[in-house]
Amino acid sequence: MLRFVLRRLLQVIPTLLLLSLLVFAWLRALPGGPASAFLGDRATPEAIAALNRQLGLDQPIFIQYGQFLGRILSGDFGASTITGQPVLAEIGRALPATVELSLAALLIAVLLGIPLGYLAASRRGGPLDVSTIMGTLVGVAVPVFFLGYLLKAFFAVQLRWFPPSGRQAVGIDATDVTGLAVLDGLLTREWDASWDALLHLVLPAVTLATIPLAVIVRITRASVLDVMGSDFVRTANSKGLAPGTVRGRHVLRNALLPVSTTIGLQVGLLLAGAVLTEKVFVWGGIGTLLADAITLKDYPRLQALLLLGALVYVLVNLLVDLSYAIIDPRVRLT
Amino acid sequence: MTTTWAQRRKDRIDDLAGGRSLTSEALRRLRRDPVALTGGVIIGLFVLVAAFAPLLAPHGPAETFPQLQQDLRPGNIPGPTAGFPLGSDQLGRDFLSRMILASQQTLLVGVLATLIGLAVGIVIGTVAGAFGGWVDTLLMRITDVLLAIPSLLLAISVAALAASPSQTTVIIAVAIVGVPIFARLLRGSMLAQRNSDHVVAATALGVKRPAVVLRHMLPNAIGPVIVQATLTLATAILDAAALSFLGLGDADPGRAEWGLMLAQAQTYLDVRPALAFLPAFAIIAVALGFTLLGESLREALDPKGRR
Amino acid sequence: MTGSKGAPLLQVRDLRVAFRRRGEPETVAVDGVSFDVAAGQVVGLVGESGCGKSVTSMAIMRLLPQRGVHITGSVKLDGEELLTLSDARMRERRGRDLSMVFQDPLSSLNPVIPIGLQITEVLRRHRGMDKEKAREAAVELLDRVGIPDPRRRITAYPHQLSGGMRQRVMIAIALACAPRLLIADEPTTALDVTIQAQILELLKEMVAETGAALIMITHDLGVVAGLCETVNVLYAGRIVERAQRHRLFGTPRHPYTHGLLRSIPRLDAPAGEALEAIPGSVVDNVPWTHACAFAPRCHRSVERCLEVTPAGETTGGRLLRCHNPVPASAE
Repeated sequence: MLRFVLRRLLQVIPTLLLLSLLVFAWLRALPGGPASAFLGDRATPEAIAALNRQLGLDQPIFIQYGQFLGRILSGDFGASTITGQPVLAEIGRALPATVELSLAALLIAVLLGIPLGYLAASRRGGPLDVSTIMGTLVGVAVPVFFLGYLLKAFFAVQLRWFPPSGRQAVGIDATDVTGLAVLDGLLTREWDASWDALLHLVLPAVTLATIPLAVIVRITRASVLDVMGSDFVRTANSKGLAPGTVRGRHVLRNALLPVSTTIGLQVGLLLAGAVLTEKVFVWGGIGTLLADAITLKDYPRLQALLLLGALVYVLVNLLVDLSYAIIDPRVRLT
Repeated sequence: MTTTWAQRRKDRIDDLAGGRSLTSEALRRLRRDPVALTGGVIIGLFVLVAAFAPLLAPHGPAETFPQLQQDLRPGNIPGPTAGFPLGSDQLGRDFLSRMILASQQTLLVGVLATLIGLAVGIVIGTVAGAFGGWVDTLLMRITDVLLAIPSLLLAISVAALAASPSQTTVIIAVAIVGVPIFARLLRGSMLAQRNSDHVVAATALGVKRPAVVLRHMLPNAIGPVIVQATLTLATAILDAAALSFLGLGDADPGRAEWGLMLAQAQTYLDVRPALAFLPAFAIIAVALGFTLLGESLREALDPKGRR
Repeated sequence: MTGSKGAPLLQVRDLRVAFRRRGEPETVAVDGVSFDVAAGQVVGLVGESGCGKSVTSMAIMRLLPQRGVHITGSVKLDGEELLTLSDARMRERRGRDLSMVFQDPLSSLNPVIPIGLQITEVLRRHRGMDKEKAREAAVELLDRVGIPDPRRRITAYPHQLSGGMRQRVMIAIALACAPRLLIADEPTTALDVTIQAQILELLKEMVAETGAALIMITHDLGVVAGLCETVNVLYAGRIVERAQRHRLFGTPRHPYTHGLLRSIPRLDAPAGEALEAIPGSVVDNVPWTHACAFAPRCHRSVERCLEVTPAGETTGGRLLRCHNPVPASAE
């Protein structure tokens, strides 16, 4: 088991190295080269020359790559051309908002998706199954940002059930502990702050959850159907086990293996969806940083977000792989 | 006596068993599949409108009309009037014409992005699958990295490279997202082909390597890739719309494309919701159509999926 | 039959299983099969793949899906009709009174839970044993089916065992509650030839030891020869011949049985005699409705075979469904 973990960890390294190489190349494909991109509007010829020297752009290319790698590893991603602040600090401040939003969306997708997929599979061909499949197909066909505006227009503007944007109502003074507003309110017993944060969270989280939800429902359904038709479930039935035992111990336990992999892959979708969702609901997280960086051509910020986004994605999938090895005894040997 | 008996026996067996071939059976199934049929009808209509868009649209996409513009104020966009069945858009143009003409542009973006991604993916997948060894390892490592970047993030970073966004940058950005998927898929099924009997037989018969790859391996391995391409058409159109929403779409204000129109209409959602709703429904319908088509194709091609 | 001492343990009467798919003609997999199994008896169901032998066993166990499958006829265990039993009651009987061993032990065992749990869960369900007692019983069962070091193996996962060991585990599971009837569906087909004989020997011992009756389902007449008292030969969903093992092997009367026997290599055959194959395959069937389904492949078929369905006739303990059987003196 330990060897498996170590080997899987080692496999991540070349991927990350190649990724850094790709981003390095990406910077060099920028119009005017990295220096003018990094300086943005402040790009005078003198400033460019100075930064070129500072970034070592007058050095041979492989030395440049080495320096680039060194800077990244020491956490130096440069300063934002919009705010002039270190990019990493900006990301650190925006991170909790996005983590809260993504976690809420993932929670909705998983807690709703797995039971729904299971029910659809066990009533295959029935009205629930057919409507669930149709729902998932339509769900992935709706542009995320349009869905966000739609929910906002109906539930926030028309019905006024939820606030239309932001994370906190005016006049709420919440204590910051983890940065996850709902959780902070619970920890500090500021119930109204927690409730307020939850109300703000609902619409963005539902918007962001749609596509992962649809995917999880479909994978769960397919996987459950697959397992239900398998030989060992037939064996379990031939043993006369109680239906609950067959369902829990034999069907679900095996059916959830592929689902757990999918949940890892959803993190990528969440990161991408967060960019769109945060823009709609003015959420002020990583997605907002990214959207602003695009509009204002803030390349240091874009570069950092690209690298960190991929890093998170790779690490989450590594975690999923490792947890897979715990659930499925067959993986440990191979 | 024996011949007539044998003949009678054969006829009688055909008669009783009612002979039907396997391929016709599969085709028959696909034709009667309501999912495939729905997808086919949607896409068929879409392509038809796109093909005849210039004939169907009463006006040009960038043409502005004074009679529409005079009522154009913050908080008011003229609705349907005589000569303009769907009313005006936010700049005083004929909304109906723009909706119709946009079908062509949307199809163009979706199809071109998918085709470019497909072409590059096929080349990479074929080379990797056919040669194996270090070529394969290197190419697959690169696709791994591209897959490690969440797809929209990848499209954003490519589109953000352009000095000013245009239709071309959108197409290229969306195309790149598909490349690693197609390449991996094709390589996987090429590897499965490499050890199959007919490929081994062709090699043993002295057929040259490129001919084996192109004539024997590729045609048999391409099935799953075609299915994926159909599904990618849907995501390409959605990704293009997302890029437009983020300000990375075509900067040409005269261009009529559903994703672009939807992104631009978000600001006028409370003034004239139709400006957002119609392009949105068009996108949803087309994405749904391609998805339905792709899913039923997948099922028809995959014997395991047909339960 | 040996049915001298009252009602048989299992009585199958006119069993018919039809598969119905939306918009497609009905496929009849089992077409009026009747047979008895007495307590402790070993009965063979023999035929090519697709002849309906596995579907018959699944119908007896009530393991076929309910949607799209139409079952008629009667299956009585100890005089109790199984086909009309409620699902819950049937679940109580499965694994306790009748159980089954399947063809591929790797796919038939749950890959993600240890084999010990797969045995104890039957004992706990039907015998109401607590965790400890069930564990002890499982160790003993594994020991009885010949698994070395059972106390350690109980925590092993299926993929950690060899094919033969896995099938021994399957047998231990099936016999855990000492059922009165065991159905073995091609239990040796997925195994190495060297292991096959061991597993057959184990099955034979175990049914003798527990007094269970055994239905042996196989395409392999060699398996039947060493094991079964009565043999049913199935073709296209109907029993075409049934006889005591020695009579069936000595004087096969149905051309199909005859063909099956002629296709097995024999040590006592004259040197240089070629093996015979039955031409065609089961897909060359014609329906039984107004013909003999085997006629297209039959070297003895006459015109009548394609016009009139042969009826099953029992003479002297042998059932035969043929218009033009092989003469009794042929062999």
